Amino acid sequence: MDTVKTDRELEIDKTCSIKNIRSGFKDGMTVMVGGFGVPGTPFTLIDALLATGATDLTLIKNEANEDHMGLSKLIEAGHAKKIITSHLGLNATVTGIMNRGEIEVEFYPQGILAEKIRAGGAGLFGFLTDIGIDTILREKKQTVTIDGREMIAEPALHADVALIHAALADRSGNLVYEKSARNFNPLMATAADTVIAEVERVVETGSLDPDQIHTPGAFVDHVVEIKELTKEYGVLAHHVI
Amino acid sequence: MSYKEKIAKRAAQEVLPGQIINLGIGIPTLIPDYLTAETPVWVHSENGILGMGLRCRRGAEDRNLIDAGGSYVSLQPGAAFFDSGLSFALVRGGRLDVAFLGALEISRAGDLANWIIPGKYSPGIGGGMELAQKARRVIVTTTHTTRSGEPKILNHCTLPLTAKSCVNIIITELAVIEVTAEGLLLLEIAAGIDVKQVLAKTGASLIVPKGELPVF
Repeated sequence: MDTVKTDRELEIDKTCSIKNIRSGFKDGMTVMVGGFGVPGTPFTLIDALLATGATDLTLIKNEANEDHMGLSKLIEAGHAKKIITSHLGLNATVTGIMNRGEIEVEFYPQGILAEKIRAGGAGLFGFLTDIGIDTILREKKQTVTIDGREMIAEPALHADVALIHAALADRSGNLVYEKSARNFNPLMATAADTVIAEVERVVETGSLDPDQIHTPGAFVDHVVEIKELTKEYGVLAHHVI
Repeated sequence: MSYKEKIAKRAAQEVLPGQIINLGIGIPTLIPDYLTAETPVWVHSENGILGMGLRCRRGAEDRNLIDAGGSYVSLQPGAAFFDSGLSFALVRGGRLDVAFLGALEISRAGDLANWIIPGKYSPGIGGGMELAQKARRVIVTTTHTTRSGEPKILNHCTLPLTAKSCVNIIITELAVIEVTAEGLLLLEIAAGIDVKQVLAKTGASLIVPKGELPVF
């Protein structure tokens, strides 16, 4: 006998508690983490990943946050075997770990890193670029010559899980980012098998203006509302002039 | 005025009204202090901002509004936010008029090295390579020599390059030097400095025009 679903049951609700997502974290996973500095870094999800003890992780993030914050905690705890990143200059601890050979580091020009993620999310296998063609970056890269012009063939990036921070979500997983906290988040939200977004506030589906949505809910699997914006999310005193 | 402020003040004169500019970490971040209302510009930040204003006054910081170096910044009217992919589409796509960058070494041909000293310093590439290679104009703002007094301006770079033949102008605390097809041309000299001093601290041959040089 068919059961008739109520309007409420037909509605998609992707919100869940932090406990529910923990089982998705496994050893050896590749994890994309949004954020550029503090803005857009999903500190709560990073702490949840850290707490599971999942190890041998490959992390993909613009930078490793600053010492003892965010991504840095996973690396300092020895949970990461590799980081794919753009710049670690603001983190002496992780730079030290790298220099001692305790983590494998793969550096890319920042926009190339972004584009590799974008390509992965768009179902592409890579792209061609001349960035770094006259530098040591060209070593070990496959190049392609088209119309006499040599270009680096840059493969796309894809992850098992993406950890995203957004200001606002509705229950369907539509996301809105705030100011410079957008950065890598919308790209990474397209480029992983499982996309988990922590958000500062959840609103009912239908209450967001469709024109203002940055990441459509189709890309987002789980939404976790942050109970409290901890100190890590705040203004960093040493960057205040 | 510190030597950094002096370089930034001179660098600000290179900016034309309406240009889209990017400011690297260090001395370039001081440039907006010397831009006037007659030179409205669009400051681009790699982390996804166009229309960045001055650095925030104390107490006005927004936790979600930083520049690529982590400083809290303000916004100009008309500012826009975008993701990191679009931010570099702007750079690689040729929309960035000027990139102000620091340097470890600059060669006679305008090659720039500023991201790695193998075995000593390798924090990563950041946005510098794309800025150096794709900005329409690259202006290097740097001290004339290293901390140990070695010239940064050389006939050939010894460090791995950021980009080849990319630098247009070099502004230091001693001189303004243009990279030309004929070589490095001494354009201006700092107040109280003579040509001999500049030549002594430069590791490449300089073309010195006849007559008095403009002083900055």
